[in-house]
Amino acid sequence: MIETLLISVLIITLIASVLALLMVIAEATVGNYGVVKITINDSKEFEVIGGQPLLKTLNSEGIFIPSACGGRGSCGLCKVQVLEGGGNYLPTELPWINDEERKNQVRISCQLKVKNPLKIKIPEELFLVKEYTTTVESIRDLTHDIKEVVLALVDPPHIEPKAGQFVQFQVPEYELTDEPVYRAYSMATVPSNNTHIELQIRLVPNGICTTYVHKYLKVGDTVIVNGPYGEFFLRDSDKDVIFIAGGSGMAPIKSILLDMAEKKSRRKATYFFGARTGKDLFLIEEMRELEKEMENFTFIPALSEPTPEDNWTGETGLITEVVRRLAGDATNSEAYLCGSPGMIDACIHVLHDLGMPEESVYFDKFS
Amino acid sequence: MPDMLFPVAVFFAAIFTDNILLTNYLGMCSFLSVSKELETSAGLGIAVTFVLAVTTALNWVVYHLVLVPFELEYLRFIVFIIIIAAFVQLIEMVIERYSEGLYFALGIFLPLITVNCAILGASLFMIIRDYSFITSFFFGLGSGIGWFIAIMAMAGIRQRLKNAKIPPGLDGAGIALVIAGFMAMAFMGFSGMIQIS
Repeated sequence: MIETLLISVLIITLIASVLALLMVIAEATVGNYGVVKITINDSKEFEVIGGQPLLKTLNSEGIFIPSACGGRGSCGLCKVQVLEGGGNYLPTELPWINDEERKNQVRISCQLKVKNPLKIKIPEELFLVKEYTTTVESIRDLTHDIKEVVLALVDPPHIEPKAGQFVQFQVPEYELTDEPVYRAYSMATVPSNNTHIELQIRLVPNGICTTYVHKYLKVGDTVIVNGPYGEFFLRDSDKDVIFIAGGSGMAPIKSILLDMAEKKSRRKATYFFGARTGKDLFLIEEMRELEKEMENFTFIPALSEPTPEDNWTGETGLITEVVRRLAGDATNSEAYLCGSPGMIDACIHVLHDLGMPEESVYFDKFS
Repeated sequence: MPDMLFPVAVFFAAIFTDNILLTNYLGMCSFLSVSKELETSAGLGIAVTFVLAVTTALNWVVYHLVLVPFELEYLRFIVFIIIIAAFVQLIEMVIERYSEGLYFALGIFLPLITVNCAILGASLFMIIRDYSFITSFFFGLGSGIGWFIAIMAMAGIRQRLKNAKIPPGLDGAGIALVIAGFMAMAFMGFSGMIQIS
């Protein structure tokens, strides 16, 4: 009895070990791409261990490429120009690459594995992106489904973003994900407050990050973020500004407005904020304060489906209708939009009708 | 039947009369989920055929040279599974390194195959039916080709179904299972062709 037991354990261990040994040998020979040199922007050189995706490799060298899905190839954000050594496009990259990008050898860096020496080109500002360890300082409900999370920076202790930029929030392993994933959120903090990051996070049913924040995150927890990223910041000009936001699209606009107030900007600014009903509105008081503080700023909240309990006396209708009614001639204005893709596309259409050239519209789409 | 011809008979039987998918209903999960496009179905089908043929032969060797002498036949389930998993993993690494074209065509399907029950099923059938090494290899190859034909037929039908009006409750896996049932009945028409087992 004991003998059969021993033999069976021995045999199965033997077979498993032989296979494991084969795998180890394969890993060391076939799967070993050795040390590979990556040259970035012809100026920086790194020696890295090959075989991993480019996104992950750059990450371990301290260079963060913006990515919303965390390397699953489902967001198409982690684009990097690979000038040499990239090989052919993978089927998993093609959905995200248009003809022009193909000409410029733009690749999806989470799909491209580092096998040969690479020459790549990334925007210089990505060198400023860092990973930050933070602790949760406060969490409060802005509406029934949007929470405001304030993070205090621990290491490094300071961040230098432009107003309107975003950070990537790292969600650790928990019931909805078995590996850490990253999600992008705009900062609502004014840049002069360089020790804190304030985020507005709306609950999306079954959203990996939003569920984590709404159900599990507590004051005192450690949160890893990296950033700052993004081209969504106020351009230097004298043009009038139209801001349009919906829901948690408030965050970057709030940051830009606080920054304008602090710098005593005298630019004429109008902020259209769209919500469905009264319970979706938030930070109204703060915006009214800003209206008093900045002489050329007007805040126009609008409800699309006000309920009788709301006692709503302000603008009613879809945000696009309200903008069309009140924005006037937009030929010489700039617009900054933040919200759902549907809202943004509809607003771009309206602004175009009001005479705004396409290059004056800047937007930040949720995806 | 002369012994020489037996592997050939098994080979054709595995394709038509004893089709592993349509008579035994093995390998259904990837059959249902990947059969929406002809091109991807072809890639998966070829990958399954290759892995089936090689792992059946490999498992025959391990079973008859290791498990039988030690009277450990009951361990075959777990042993077969780890051999299949390790083999698929190794092949993926080799393909990724040495053949870009092959990796694009087959590589992305290989991880799917580790858990394809048709592959374990073929290894278990060859033991139950007491096939020789050569017969086992042809049985694996035939089963793979049979699976390939079935998924290609299914993909062809499903591409046409895109424009058909299907009741909402049946859409997707439901209608695919109904079609698989019809295909299985159609394949019964081959049953007089070869008799084995």
